[in-house]
Amino acid sequence: MARIQLEQLRHSYLARPAADADWALKKVNMQWDDGGAYALLGPSGCGKTTLLSIVSGLIRPSAGRVLFGDVDITDRPPDQRNIAQVFQFPVVYDTMSVFDNLAFPLRNRGVAETQVEPRVREIAALLDLEPMLAQRAAGLTADGKQKISLGRGLVRADVNVIMLDEPLTVIDPHLKWRLRSKLKELHQRIGMTMVYVTHDQNEAMTFADQVVVMHEGMVVQTGTPVELFERPRHTFVGHFIGSPGMNVLPCDVEGGVARFAGNPVPTANAADGAKRGARTELGVRPEFVRFADSGIPVRVTQVSDAGRNRIVETRHGDTVIRALLDEHAPVPADIAHVGFDPQFTRLYVDGWLAGEGDAA
Amino acid sequence: MSAKPVNHRAWWLVLPVVILVAFNAVIPLMTVVNYSVQETFGNNKFFFEGLTWFNQVVHSSRFHDSLLRQLMFTAIILAIEVPLGVAIALAMPRKGVWLSVCLVLMSMPLLIPWNVVGAMWNIFALPDIGLLGWSLNRLGIDYNYTQEPFAAWATLIAMDVWHWTSLVALLAYAGISAIPDAYYQAAKIDGASAWSVFRYVQLPKMKHVLTIAVLLRFMDSFNIYTEPVVLTGGGPGNATTLLSIDLVKIALGQFDLGPAAAMSLIYFLIILLLSWVFYRVMTRGEEE
Repeated sequence: MARIQLEQLRHSYLARPAADADWALKKVNMQWDDGGAYALLGPSGCGKTTLLSIVSGLIRPSAGRVLFGDVDITDRPPDQRNIAQVFQFPVVYDTMSVFDNLAFPLRNRGVAETQVEPRVREIAALLDLEPMLAQRAAGLTADGKQKISLGRGLVRADVNVIMLDEPLTVIDPHLKWRLRSKLKELHQRIGMTMVYVTHDQNEAMTFADQVVVMHEGMVVQTGTPVELFERPRHTFVGHFIGSPGMNVLPCDVEGGVARFAGNPVPTANAADGAKRGARTELGVRPEFVRFADSGIPVRVTQVSDAGRNRIVETRHGDTVIRALLDEHAPVPADIAHVGFDPQFTRLYVDGWLAGEGDAA
Repeated sequence: MSAKPVNHRAWWLVLPVVILVAFNAVIPLMTVVNYSVQETFGNNKFFFEGLTWFNQVVHSSRFHDSLLRQLMFTAIILAIEVPLGVAIALAMPRKGVWLSVCLVLMSMPLLIPWNVVGAMWNIFALPDIGLLGWSLNRLGIDYNYTQEPFAAWATLIAMDVWHWTSLVALLAYAGISAIPDAYYQAAKIDGASAWSVFRYVQLPKMKHVLTIAVLLRFMDSFNIYTEPVVLTGGGPGNATTLLSIDLVKIALGQFDLGPAAAMSLIYFLIILLLSWVFYRVMTRGEEE
């Protein structure tokens, strides 16, 4: 087990990448501490699977290094990296029994049969697979097969990291939460580093201590679920995480004050320093939008129920501003004013949080 | 019991198929069944003979010899074509121009009419003027397939392997290319050797197409007629007289319709039985 470091990783599937869009991965630096639970979160095509394949050794990066501890393993094949991976679609060896499936990685590495048996039983017990050990793996349900895939990683004592590539895709909805909490429980019990790739924010938030949000081949933010929610570093994070996503409102900056449609809006971060000609926007989550007696004039256009909350859609001109209210809170009819909580209202310049920039 | 509305008029919809199958299979087969229990001396006069012909065929050493030759032929070509086809499929490129080249080259033998295949090999293997036969003799190997049974068999088998291995290879290739990448990646991560990947990933995933390949090759080789007739005509002597050739000799050469009909039915039942055995063996353990 070791800390994993990714240094200046870049990757392109093209032979001669030229344009910015040719890169599937653009300069990624990251560090995964031993024993941590991480999630790679982002929409399809953001580069998260590419990143995962680079760590597992299935893809060699165009540039940059992968370090396990102090050892550079960029050029090592997957079987010499001591990693385990669970794929989107369950991979089991159909003709083998569940026991033989779990024993396979050990037997391939020449582990003595006397040690294989207890280890397989131990892992099977962890995964609740014990009653099925003698069955053929092909006969199991999708979640059972996915547990076997995971188990083949867990049996090996030397594994540095277990990577899970959207492992719940083919699992029935009612079993998803069970397998998800099983994963979380396993992580706490065995303390192996786990990296979970998903496009589902709920899966990422419930599983991981640290969530890495990716967008167009870049890591836009790494943080705890609370940080991602309260302090998005990029408008993409604000929009992608949260339901509904963050309001992103075009604004002007004059004399250090952000103005939305002529109204000054106090922000938590410094409003100066925005370059001339840069795109400036205000980001405020619907949770921090309140109706007030004065402020930004809006028209209420839609109210929808979301369990214990109500999502109120309002418009100022063509700009939509959503507010999330308690289900019993009064909703003004038609014309109203809204105000934003200044502590959670931030200015973004060219998509990035003002004052922080594109430093990732 | 709930009163489900029953409407037997739907049977009329099946009628066209029933008529088609009746004319191309059932009626001809019944004609054969009819011949197999009767004797005729011409003039369209028939006498009922019961199971005489069946008895005669089952106890005829001529039938035993043909059947043995047939079983041997099928066993040899299956033993060569299936492993060879799988090996070729594994060695084929996965994409690119060379894949297309391979596919086109391999489809060619399958597109040639069977009697042409026979004629090609007949000339190709002639000891005096054929490229193969002439070359072998020049190399000091005494080879004449028109006179030596062993040479005749070797040529017959070489011809069948040339003609049909591509079918097995193409089917196996289809099976291999349907395996998702994740299986190979998982096997790599699990530290599997190339042999393990073949044994536990590729072979199980090829099982269904291989079942089809083996069944097709079994049935076709057991029925084979055109190619050996054109190549050797069953000779030298009776050395390459397979079941179908023998059957045609009896039916159309000697015009013994009764024994030929009885032999056809036995032949048919053997193919049916062996196909069933193959199928059961290859798909066992799947119902679990």
